[in-house]
Amino acid sequence: MTSMLERPAPPPAVGKLVDQFELGLDAPICLTWELTYACNLSCVHCLSSSGRRDPRELSTEQCKSIIDELQKMQVFYVNIGGGEPTVRSDFWELVDYATAHQVGVKFSTNGVKIDKDVAARLAASDYVDVQISIDGATAEVNDAVRGPGSFDMACRALENLREAGFEDAKISVVVTRHNVSQLDDFKALADKYGATLRITRLRPSGRGADVWDDLHPTAGQQRELYNWLVANGEGVLTGDSFFHLSAFGDALPGLNLCGAGRVVCLIDPIGDVYACPFAIHEQFLAGNIVRDAKDGMGGFQSVWQTSELFQELRSPQTSGACTKCSFFDSCRGGCMAAKFFTGLPMDGPDPECVIGNGELALAAAGEIPKSSVDHSRSGERKTPRKSVPLTLMMRPPAKICDENPLAGME
Amino acid sequence: MDLDARWALHPQVALRPESFGALLYHFGTRKLSFLKNRTIVAIIESFPQHPDMRSAISAAGIDQSARAPYVRALATLADSKMITKL
Repeated sequence: MTSMLERPAPPPAVGKLVDQFELGLDAPICLTWELTYACNLSCVHCLSSSGRRDPRELSTEQCKSIIDELQKMQVFYVNIGGGEPTVRSDFWELVDYATAHQVGVKFSTNGVKIDKDVAARLAASDYVDVQISIDGATAEVNDAVRGPGSFDMACRALENLREAGFEDAKISVVVTRHNVSQLDDFKALADKYGATLRITRLRPSGRGADVWDDLHPTAGQQRELYNWLVANGEGVLTGDSFFHLSAFGDALPGLNLCGAGRVVCLIDPIGDVYACPFAIHEQFLAGNIVRDAKDGMGGFQSVWQTSELFQELRSPQTSGACTKCSFFDSCRGGCMAAKFFTGLPMDGPDPECVIGNGELALAAAGEIPKSSVDHSRSGERKTPRKSVPLTLMMRPPAKICDENPLAGME
Repeated sequence: MDLDARWALHPQVALRPESFGALLYHFGTRKLSFLKNRTIVAIIESFPQHPDMRSAISAAGIDQSARAPYVRALATLADSKMITKL
């Protein structure tokens, strides 16, 4: 939402928005919804350790109930991801259902299902945004991370979208040590397809933890990235994910605040709600949509508004020594997930702190916590493999709950 | 800004009340706006009850001398198609 913030500020003002957001909102502004852990690729840095479908995956009806609830809470749009969301056989049905219920859809895909027919269908819809993931501006750099053939697959999808007249697709890039020098090339690639470039930060989440040491940009590259954003940031989306770089100078545009549990969250394929997409670990698990429906409240509303974890995240946080830093106002201690999955304390510096405090802290970091949620297809986590055709189970998911899991929701 | 015209929330815009004011989301342009002023929110919500913008503003208790900043804010919303002249 970086470039979409508009702030008409007629007097009298109510106070800084960022302060309002720290206290949390009654409903998220947008949220990420991973529809499936199934994926045809096995990217080495996958934030959700996706690969295999989880047998407890929510059914079509359960997903529709969540959409009903999001509509009621006026969550304006959802960022749908996975896994590869388009491999769900009911994917298009759910997209249509959401947009028919005032919930806009932005979905992330590796492009596997975006053939000419799908592209034409997408071009005809006003309320669906498509984001194609590419992590290298050349096949060589991309495929090393995302697997053989994935660059060509993504470009084919972009070409199909362009041909069909789909306007303004997004190219979504996770910035790594190997592609940070390609930022101009990514921009050119986006221009070629009439797309908008979106770049986001690599987090040590999911399988990202395994490769973070090798893939996260070096200190010198962080500076390069900041300079590039200052020079080219106009028209490039960032998901507000680089706010830790603001300590290099002027704050970058956008919401320089960790929104976890305050204005954003993640719904995972089995209905678990986490504080943010990069925090799939029991420590950041706020509840489950199926289990936690209560008191006439749907499961999502109940988790969002009453979970202990979210209450805690909305209360004043201690940021330790960082509060004494002259850049604290712009960086606010950085990314919670990045700290957690590199073994740093929550009140410690961001591991990529541009002042250098992260490196010092990392040298003294404790044990790195590992998520118990792992749907990787094999133990060979560091080697991306060729894409595989997925056969999805057609039987309904195992019953999680014998009672009506959607009690209280019409 | 045409104060003599009747105005409305754009048909593709949703308004979500918040403790600080409201959020506006335009499903067409995908733009999000934060309204940090409850009077503006009240004015927008009262559009259907008023034949023109001028009376909508004064019904919210804003007299002519205080009107300028509200008109500016509303004009900004009109520029971004959040509100529309009927």
